[in-house]
Amino acid sequence: MEVPILKQGEVLIATFQAALSDADLEHLRRGLVQQVVKLRSRGVIVDVTAMDVMDSFASRTLREIAHMIRLRGAETVIVGIQPEVAFAMVQLGLTLEDVATALDLEEGLAYLTQKFKNTD
Amino acid sequence: MSKREFTSKDSEARGGPGVEIVRSEAPSELLRELVAHLRQNRTQLREEWVVRITETRLLTAMTKEEIFAEATSVYDSYVEALETEAFEALQAYARNLSERIIPRGVETHEVVGIVLLLRDVLARSLFAKYQTDFKKLNRILDAYEPAANRIANTVAVGFVQERERVIRQQQEAIRELSTPVLQVRERLLILPIIGVIDPQRARQLTEQLLRGIRTNRAKVVVIDITGVAAMDVTVANHLVQTVEASRLLGATVIVTGLSPEIAQTLVTIGVDLGKMNTVGDLQGGIEQAERLLGYKVVTLAETR
Repeated sequence: MEVPILKQGEVLIATFQAALSDADLEHLRRGLVQQVVKLRSRGVIVDVTAMDVMDSFASRTLREIAHMIRLRGAETVIVGIQPEVAFAMVQLGLTLEDVATALDLEEGLAYLTQKFKNTD
Repeated sequence: MSKREFTSKDSEARGGPGVEIVRSEAPSELLRELVAHLRQNRTQLREEWVVRITETRLLTAMTKEEIFAEATSVYDSYVEALETEAFEALQAYARNLSERIIPRGVETHEVVGIVLLLRDVLARSLFAKYQTDFKKLNRILDAYEPAANRIANTVAVGFVQERERVIRQQQEAIRELSTPVLQVRERLLILPIIGVIDPQRARQLTEQLLRGIRTNRAKVVVIDITGVAAMDVTVANHLVQTVEASRLLGATVIVTGLSPEIAQTLVTIGVDLGKMNTVGDLQGGIEQAERLLGYKVVTLAETR
């Protein structure tokens, strides 16, 4: 399943649909990094609002995406984690530490805008 | 009861001549007979039962009229259960009855007591009726006793189940009342926790807080535990998880009011205090939250 990656100024937005397979996640990771390089984006928002479960593979992939994008000098924000999913994640010890998170798309954009200002 | 004609063929089959064979009634026939007796004498037996209830000082929370009304329906259900052996229906009736009388302050021992009294009253009337025929009395009691015991059991269990349901409901209500999530500024929530936190309450707290963060779009949450005296390791872990889960929703958590004991527990379980943002008291916590949100509070005098 293709995950659409949209461009909004200097920010890329990838919106997860529910139930992504491991292969889809791999595909997305490669795709996102390629796009960041090609478009010289400064920030990436991964919107997981539609995900109602988060397993350890998905969690690890998100962290890897953030790390790889940081190596390109860009910042990643994960948005839209649902309360039930957040609860389940911390119980399993999947804390997504050192990855920025925000409530939703709006908050994620505000966070990145602030971050760009600070580094300008 | 009829005696069968005895033939020579039978004597070979059943071991010897001169043995009298008496046909006994099937258990269901006996049951029908005793149910008919209980129905015929309903008024008198019910009255006797109510007298026994008052003598034993049960159902003191109810008036005489109320006792009579309930006694009538219980008596009829009792006899019906004996007749039909429909114990599920009886249990449903018992739960229904309990729902009515528990709020009136009727206790378990009273309900069990009155059912056993009814059993006694009916048994005595059976003794009286069949006192001249001991063998028949025994057969009647063989049919009556298991059914009567099952009835007493069913009613008691129904009552207790209803009580437990009410208790669970009340516990749930108390839990919800005691963990309010309060918005005190735009994007700022306060969660004051008071009293004992058990793992179940801790879990409910977390769920309510996460929902509150999403609904109020909170960016900062102050969890105040001044009112919590002690916390075991499980609950302390839960608090840490709450902080982490809140972060996944983009909110920063400030914990205030840690007592020395709780501080000790957190250090003992090896909480990474770098991950946990703590301030001494609620006032300090709110002030820091306001700073994080970009608020600056000045007195009116200062603004002139």
